[in-house]
Amino acid sequence: MSAAQWRHAMNAGAGRLAMGRRVPAPAATVRVPGATPAERRYLSLLAHIKARHVVVLLFVLTYPMFATPFLTYQIGAQSLALGLIVLSLTFLGGSGGMISLAQMSVAGVAGYMLAIFGSSGEPAISFGWPWWVAATIAVVIAIAAGTAVGWLSVRTEGIYTIMITLAVGVAFYHLCLQNYSIFNGFQGFQRVYAPTILGINFRDPMPFYYLALGCALGGYFLVKYVLRSPFGIALEGIRNNARRMNALGFAVTAHRVAAYAFAALLAAIGGLLFTWYNGLITPNSVGTSWLINVLIIAILGGLRHPIGPFIGAIVFVLLQNFAIDLIDRERFNLVIGGVFLAIVLFSPDGLIGIWATVKSKLITQRGGKS
Amino acid sequence: MTRNARWIWAAVLGLPLLAFACWGIWDNERLFFVTLLNGLTLASLYFIVASGFTLVFGLMRNVNLAHGSLYLLGGYVGYFVAEWSGYYVLALAVGFLAAALVGLVMQVAVFRFMQGEELRQTMVTIGLSIVMADLMLWIVSAQVHQMSAPDWLLGPIRDLPIIRAYSKFRISLLVIGVIIGVLLWLFLNRTRVGMMIRAGVDDRAMLAATGVNVNLVFAITFAIGAGLAGFGGVIGAVELSMVPGEDVRLLLACLIVVIVGGMGSVVGAAIGATILGVAETFGLAYTPTYSVVFTFVILVLVLAFRPRGILGRPA
Amino acid sequence: MNGRKALVGALSIAVAGALSGAAFAQQPPIKIGLLATLEGPFAAGGADGMRGAELALKQKNGMAGGRQIVIIKASSDAKPDVAVNATRKLVEQDKVDIMVGPLSGGEGIAVKEYSKTQPTITFINGSSGAQATTLVDPSPNFFRFNTEGAQWMVGLGKATLAKGYKRAMVIAEDYAFPYSQVQGFMSEYCRLGGKVPVKAWVPLGGKDYSSVIARIPKDVDALVVVLGGADAVNFLNQYEAAGGDKPLVGGSITVSQDILNYKGKRRDSLVGTIAGAPIADAYDAPEFKAFVADYQKNYPVSAGGYPSPSLFALVYYINMKAALDGLDAVNGDLSGGQAKYREALAKMTLKTPVGDVKLDGNRQAIGTTFITEVVKDAQGNLFNKVLSKVDGVDQLLGMKKEDFKIGSRDEPSCP
Repeated sequence: MSAAQWRHAMNAGAGRLAMGRRVPAPAATVRVPGATPAERRYLSLLAHIKARHVVVLLFVLTYPMFATPFLTYQIGAQSLALGLIVLSLTFLGGSGGMISLAQMSVAGVAGYMLAIFGSSGEPAISFGWPWWVAATIAVVIAIAAGTAVGWLSVRTEGIYTIMITLAVGVAFYHLCLQNYSIFNGFQGFQRVYAPTILGINFRDPMPFYYLALGCALGGYFLVKYVLRSPFGIALEGIRNNARRMNALGFAVTAHRVAAYAFAALLAAIGGLLFTWYNGLITPNSVGTSWLINVLIIAILGGLRHPIGPFIGAIVFVLLQNFAIDLIDRERFNLVIGGVFLAIVLFSPDGLIGIWATVKSKLITQRGGKS
Repeated sequence: MTRNARWIWAAVLGLPLLAFACWGIWDNERLFFVTLLNGLTLASLYFIVASGFTLVFGLMRNVNLAHGSLYLLGGYVGYFVAEWSGYYVLALAVGFLAAALVGLVMQVAVFRFMQGEELRQTMVTIGLSIVMADLMLWIVSAQVHQMSAPDWLLGPIRDLPIIRAYSKFRISLLVIGVIIGVLLWLFLNRTRVGMMIRAGVDDRAMLAATGVNVNLVFAITFAIGAGLAGFGGVIGAVELSMVPGEDVRLLLACLIVVIVGGMGSVVGAAIGATILGVAETFGLAYTPTYSVVFTFVILVLVLAFRPRGILGRPA
Repeated sequence: MNGRKALVGALSIAVAGALSGAAFAQQPPIKIGLLATLEGPFAAGGADGMRGAELALKQKNGMAGGRQIVIIKASSDAKPDVAVNATRKLVEQDKVDIMVGPLSGGEGIAVKEYSKTQPTITFINGSSGAQATTLVDPSPNFFRFNTEGAQWMVGLGKATLAKGYKRAMVIAEDYAFPYSQVQGFMSEYCRLGGKVPVKAWVPLGGKDYSSVIARIPKDVDALVVVLGGADAVNFLNQYEAAGGDKPLVGGSITVSQDILNYKGKRRDSLVGTIAGAPIADAYDAPEFKAFVADYQKNYPVSAGGYPSPSLFALVYYINMKAALDGLDAVNGDLSGGQAKYREALAKMTLKTPVGDVKLDGNRQAIGTTFITEVVKDAQGNLFNKVLSKVDGVDQLLGMKKEDFKIGSRDEPSCP
């Protein structure tokens, strides 16, 4: 096969998995005569809001009111924090066609830096700086790390990316495991707790839930925004045909690395939340099983839409917590592996793909009747 | 690359290695040579497993992340066959066949229907590896399964110069590795199927156009690639023992070998395996704390200068 | 066993106990959460730990302190975050009164930290053995009735010197548990004049020991091998194949029964290996024999049990027994944030199959350690003979608090 054919096949493959999110025509075709541009934008935004959006938003906002603190914290907040990390993968995979398994490592870098620059159960290593200083440094270093991973892996293509990012992720795991002077080796850091701000203790279930929800909503809308920006559209073009985009004068490598940097921002925030959620970070938090779990959640939810990661994370967390009440906990991996396999084989778009299929079926049925 | 640049690179990489070798020999010549031999024998195991991986990738662009599971499967099957029959050679054969059969089923039942969708195939192999790992854990439990070497390979060879004594079985690893390498070379270069595979690696569409049954060639290649993993598993069951988790470890080793050596090239796999095996054992002998990280540094260095690996060709 | 099945099982035991027992329970049952590792490489040990804990309840007919006991199980995969999630579910969702678990060291530290946020629940360890759990920032409601890694090796240094091994090389995995084991050995060995010129820390996950074997110097008398499971098997196998012939000194999980019994041709080289452990299969005290017999009766090999209870089974048994004996002592009274119950636990002298256990000020066990030696019986089978027994081993290994440092790669040292 010639180079061009091969690349085409690669791109087609990536596209088929990612099911390129076709960006709706700009300006969203809502035209109201006499409206100012700002108003028009507002109206077009309104036109996008559907009943299900309102219901979901109301649900997530009032969830802690009727859920127990356990459900709020362990199911709600954990899914949101995890979903944000996975969102960074689906952004790369869905819009850029690059499946990076190192996103959990990037999140782990943020978590580790938070523990090192902030306070933890290891005062000999931790600097004990205020949480916002530590968190800022952590995010910056994590973005730098994510960009470096990107720089290294965009030199290769498609399928190679998975392998190289997996290798980088495992390397980071071993570094954390073996180094005691910075990463505190096997034990990692305990007691990395969320701060108390203005008298609100963010370790408590409800405040932490809203913190996670705020970050998750922010990440979600940021991704939606970026996908519609010129940068996001260029990225999609690169995924579909990198050579053509190159010929059109786009800096392909730079776009890809920038995508990694943006994804690293999402992963870093998710990593901070996840570390606060657990109250600890150890090499296990960035071990192979977590690297793969993030991918599983992404595929479970679906790469097509930024809501996918959160749906995947909720299903994953529910399975993890309540599978023991339904099936043998010892066989948890079999269940999760089987579900994953079924999704990949029969619904490449994940759970949101199933939703879309069901919806379109319903519409055609209704259409047939009328 | 110009001649001068090549010389400069050779000097930059070679001189420190040479200096290290001189120091190592002067410091403790036994340790140095035993470690070198350890590295080469370990490389031999890595080569056997990774050559199957790279063969499959070269032809089908299928990154089989369930390759480690096939290694584990071969090891377990080999263990039970050896237990039952007492013959090591039979265990090798059955281990190869069992893994080859599973590989064949994977190709015929799953991958044939997603030709050209490499990322999706990769996802499927991840799912398969999780399911297979848990099934094996279920069936054979988490107990350590270690096959004992056949009597004629048990114990050390004594009275060697410098290194005094060395394990017979590890020496046999080296021999088996070379034999597998030669057989693969003969198969790829001297048989009809081998020629088809090489043609397919170069241009799959053209191969199909000449009237070759591509599906058959794919199935054969996948079976051989999987079988090599199983074959490696039987060897690994003796030297490294079989427990859950070995699948991921060997898969990672394979990934590093083929990334360093260049995907799709059997010779590249040999080079990559040698580098990995030697780096791992020397790391463990001389700088144990960061030996594993050291391996990945090599990986990153190779990628920084040769993104497709040492013998990788632009696809 | 399925979680719900386990629950029903525990209930039926409890009901049977209630009907046959003299005391008829009026109060609601007490819920005990049981956490062990049922996934991943430790799955076999975790399952046996569960058996040990269930055995303790069975022996009491499902009753303690005049109340029925219900066990609710949870599993982790030996990762601290998963262990805390599982514990949180048991405590906050299933509302257990007492927690027993987890299995491994890193998990133990994490669960101990979590216990501080639940001051009205009592946490009792499973089989985790990290030193820091009770030494660094102990939690007022976390109890550990088993001795830990360093304590398990006390007495081995003396035994090693008695064998005439004056210089030893340490080969161990590179993480907290082996550090503590090596510390337990070396603090005594060094004090009595032994020398450890080389320590080989093998990174976790390394399976090829040939390079480590190549580093063994000529002038050491013995190898102190603190490896478990596949690592121990690989090391022994490769060391023999490479022609090694130095005597071995084992850690607590190195010369276990399955390694002695596994099918290899030259296991005889293990004869004479001494080791330290909190359990010895051949210990002939009547309490221990009764425990083993009871285990074998309830969990025959045909039903998935081991021929003889493992370390995990014993340690989970001890901790669960402590939880139940404590309930007996306060007649099932858990009022006042379980204050009385905790006081009873802290003061209790626990009768275990391997001798009496008391707690120190950090709620850490002071108990017994066995020194064993591998010998061959008349049929040619290998087994661990009890060489000696050290009672009253405390967590500071007999040192003063200010002299004691938690074991690490370089601590202690006596080249």
